[in-house]
Amino acid sequence: MLQKITESRWIGPALAVLGILLMIFGIYRGEVSVVFTKAINICMECIGIG
Amino acid sequence: MDNKKIKINEWPRHGIQLLWAALTNSHISGFVTGKIYTGKLKNTCVPGLNCYSCPGARGACPIGSLQAVIGSWNFKMAYYVVGFLIFMGALLGRLVCGFLCPFGLIQDLLNKIPFPKKIRTFRGDKLLRKLKYVIFLVFVIILPMFVVDIMGQGAPYFCKLICPAGTLEGGIPLVLLNKSMRSAVGWLYMWKNTILVITIILSIMIYRPFCKYICPLGAFYSVFNKVSVFRYRVDKEKCVHCGKCRNICQMEVDPTENPNSAECIRCGRCKKICPTQAIRCGFADCKK
Repeated sequence: MLQKITESRWIGPALAVLGILLMIFGIYRGEVSVVFTKAINICMECIGIG
Repeated sequence: MDNKKIKINEWPRHGIQLLWAALTNSHISGFVTGKIYTGKLKNTCVPGLNCYSCPGARGACPIGSLQAVIGSWNFKMAYYVVGFLIFMGALLGRLVCGFLCPFGLIQDLLNKIPFPKKIRTFRGDKLLRKLKYVIFLVFVIILPMFVVDIMGQGAPYFCKLICPAGTLEGGIPLVLLNKSMRSAVGWLYMWKNTILVITIILSIMIYRPFCKYICPLGAFYSVFNKVSVFRYRVDKEKCVHCGKCRNICQMEVDPTENPNSAECIRCGRCKKICPTQAIRCGFADCKK
């Protein structure tokens, strides 16, 4: 069953569409502002200071 | 049939990697002023591991962004970033690792440095490759979601405690360029630099150790290798079972057994070495 799903030529495009739908839902929820705020300020944890 | 000595020209791929790294880190003035880019492009994630605190970075790191949204008190579920990762994974799988990851490029170049005895594999190699899935679950999902401060905010634990890309691309240049940051350097900075040094040394000895054992982004994309639109295919009728593809693979994959293995970064070395052109890849003609 699992092999049948993974071998299907539609599974990749279907997942890509799912990804787009999730992205749209995330944008609708306002998640982009969290990403943006994090990305435009120096992330102290990432650089090993905070 | 010693394929270890056969040279494959990888510079066309490295050219794409370099071009992509330059494009996504094109905020050149940041490397002079010590300030990061704050424009609208930072709303979007880049597909590879590229610290958004790199002075040149134009986009957001998907792993950092994922932890930021999961760790935020009001969201927890990160549909935007997960959707982006699913989209990229479903289209390309780990082709992203092979072509669109600046930290992968750095490891590729480090591995070109001559070393007396390059390590291809070792006892426990296969088991250690599962570690990246544990790191993804624990440091990227569980800790930022559940280990929170009094405001309900979780820290980006992978970035904070492990990520050597953040140290190399963001930590070192920013600390060098900002006097105030130099005075704030402490044990965490030392710890992260130690991880970076170990990663660099291991990258000279082993091909892409960070990608093989640690990278949570590679772990996520690897799940999609079998189902992605871009796939590899081996024509069984053309294959002469010479073993050249298996021997040339630096990720230790046997394309004839599993052309879309979770470990395959789709660098194309197997395709180039195949004497009968039995290995093919692409967006179409990959399912027969």
